[in-house]
Amino acid sequence: MTLTDASASSSAPAQRKLSTAKAMVEAIAQEMERDEDVFVLGEDVGAYGGIFSSTTGLLEKFGPRRVLDTPISETAFIGAAIGAAVEGLRPIVELMFVDFFGVCMDQIYNHMAKIHFESGGNVKVPMVLTAAVGGGYSDGAQHSQCLWGTFAHLPGMKVVAPSNPADAKGLMTAAIRDDNPVVYLFHKGVMGLPWMAKNRRSIGPVPDGDHVVPIGKANIVRPGSDVTVVTLSLSVHHSLDVAEELAQQGIDCEVVDLRSVVPLDTDTILESVGRTGRLLVVDEDYLSFGLSGEIIARVAERDPGLLRAPAARVAVPDVPIPYARPLEYAVLPTPDRIRRAVLDLVNA
Amino acid sequence: MEPDGRLGLYRMMVLIRTYEETILREYHADKKPVFDIGAGLIPGEMHLSAGQEPVAAGVCAHLTADDAVTATHRPHHFAIAHGVDLDRMTAEIFGRVDGLGRGRGGHMHLFDPATHFSCSGIIAEGYPPAVGQALAFQRRGTDRVAVAVTGEGAANQGAFHEALNLASLWKLPVVFVVEDNDWGISVPRSASTCVTSNALRAAGYGIPGQRVEDNSVEAVHAVAGEAIARARAGEGPSLIEVHTLRLWGHFEGDAQGYRSDLEGVPGRDPLPTYEKELRAAGVLDDAAVSSIAEQARDRVEAAIAFAKRSPEPDPATALDFVFAQA
Ligand SMILES: Cc1ncc(C[n+]2csc(CCOP(=O)(O)OP(=O)(O)O)c2C)c(N)n1
Repeated sequence: MTLTDASASSSAPAQRKLSTAKAMVEAIAQEMERDEDVFVLGEDVGAYGGIFSSTTGLLEKFGPRRVLDTPISETAFIGAAIGAAVEGLRPIVELMFVDFFGVCMDQIYNHMAKIHFESGGNVKVPMVLTAAVGGGYSDGAQHSQCLWGTFAHLPGMKVVAPSNPADAKGLMTAAIRDDNPVVYLFHKGVMGLPWMAKNRRSIGPVPDGDHVVPIGKANIVRPGSDVTVVTLSLSVHHSLDVAEELAQQGIDCEVVDLRSVVPLDTDTILESVGRTGRLLVVDEDYLSFGLSGEIIARVAERDPGLLRAPAARVAVPDVPIPYARPLEYAVLPTPDRIRRAVLDLVNA
Repeated sequence: MEPDGRLGLYRMMVLIRTYEETILREYHADKKPVFDIGAGLIPGEMHLSAGQEPVAAGVCAHLTADDAVTATHRPHHFAIAHGVDLDRMTAEIFGRVDGLGRGRGGHMHLFDPATHFSCSGIIAEGYPPAVGQALAFQRRGTDRVAVAVTGEGAANQGAFHEALNLASLWKLPVVFVVEDNDWGISVPRSASTCVTSNALRAAGYGIPGQRVEDNSVEAVHAVAGEAIARARAGEGPSLIEVHTLRLWGHFEGDAQGYRSDLEGVPGRDPLPTYEKELRAAGVLDDAAVSSIAEQARDRVEAAIAFAKRSPEPDPATALDFVFAQA
């Protein structure tokens, strides 16, 4: 078994490459082979293979008893996954777009997330709730949100968001094996989908066989000494692009990929900020009352003296995601906005 | 039915189909050679309603701009049939400043207060607001009605059932319309419910329900006429389910690999069927067919031109309209 941690993953040897979607499916398939109790349910997860290719080929391999297409009844089928998990099965249930959580949120936050606590630890809910997040392709205000901050705000569920194929596999494996409910949020822009603009890092090396990325361990994807950029999911790629570009101007960014929002790896963030003295949080979720504020608060609580300049953040400025391209790109955390924020920080 | 009425239904169906074919062309024009959903003049998801024209044309023929329509993620046919301004609707789909939502909404989020039209990309979530619009109409002592549309897949959502129950309880002037095109994306109706007709489900809430089996615009027109008259007379809600047809993919770019009924689909296209029927009845001839087609083309091309002329919104305005200004 390969156990990837922050230091190991960056020095992985050259391997076969997969898209993020294929890596995610590989993890699910391996766990389904390993454990008869693992099964998949959700809308269009069967013959279609998942609208974002998150279950492609599973129906052919495992049949309709283990890969269940559901009606458009999220309250019922996510609730059913909870019940099955309580009885010891390990369901992976897909909520197609995270934006649809509103129709089934009671099952998620009052049931999935609280049963273990309310039972005094006597009842476990070992399930994975997957959903696609993110914008950038004009799908409008009801299909482009990230919302990980919303799930993270409500106690009792782990929340992970891979940025690359290897992590997609490793985090999925960890999520399936976890005895807690894990919300697994994949950004459409990192999946390597045939119908979206290609992100060069959406296809990458993925370890064969068992591969686990522990939930709650951030990854320093680019070490640097001037500024710490803390981010996750698609914004990792934008941040890396900006970091590479700014390196030519002599600005050295450290990019921290959180990989998991709950638990949040505060130690890695603090150590990094301790080295660089400057903190930028890049978050594709809404600005206020969310992840970016939380991270800055944790640094300020521990030691505001770590910061040589006031912390900064690039997020969606509390506006629903607009449809028209120029408006959408004005509010998303684009490389352009990230670059300006880094420059402001180093020039402060 | 009177020839004029029949001609009106045909004309509306042609206008809708022409619109959908034109949007299809514009949508794909600049997404080649590799389909990129975010690229081009019309980015994002695109759900077209070709094949479902009879439902919108038949229902909306009974409505005025004072009546409300809440449509779905597949909204164009109902928007057009309900009289939403075609220019501004098209500009919205193109994401331009002259669009219904000034480029904020997009094709699944069209809002037109002039005709009380709205739609939502979240399945079944247009049903409860329609109940509220009907409540407002009832309170104000009007005979206006609210029409709520969903697909048969959406009828498995909680919001659908709660809305039916509430409308029945309060005897509200709502007409619930279900478009059964056999598919909820890739899930066939047979895999989403054991109930053969949503008219049966209506009975469970004490609401009259009728299913139209053959996608005939005149049959829809007749059944909708009764339901809307009932609502206007203060006799409460009804449900109509139409067994219709999704002629194309769920959204553009859908290869439909899951679909088992594709071979027979073109033969079930309701437009040539209706045209043949009207020709046989002497209501339509070659000249009328081509002049109706030409009028539709001109109207639609004018809307596309309007949309393309309209500027893209200024990024500096991206934060506008989150809250109403005093
Ligand atoms: C609450 C919710 N769940 C899932 C979806 C994703 N989705 C969009 S359209 C669709 C299928 C809808 O089927 P149906 O209601 O039959 O309408 P049709 O597309 O056939 O017109 C699904 C599952 C959604 N938009 N909202």
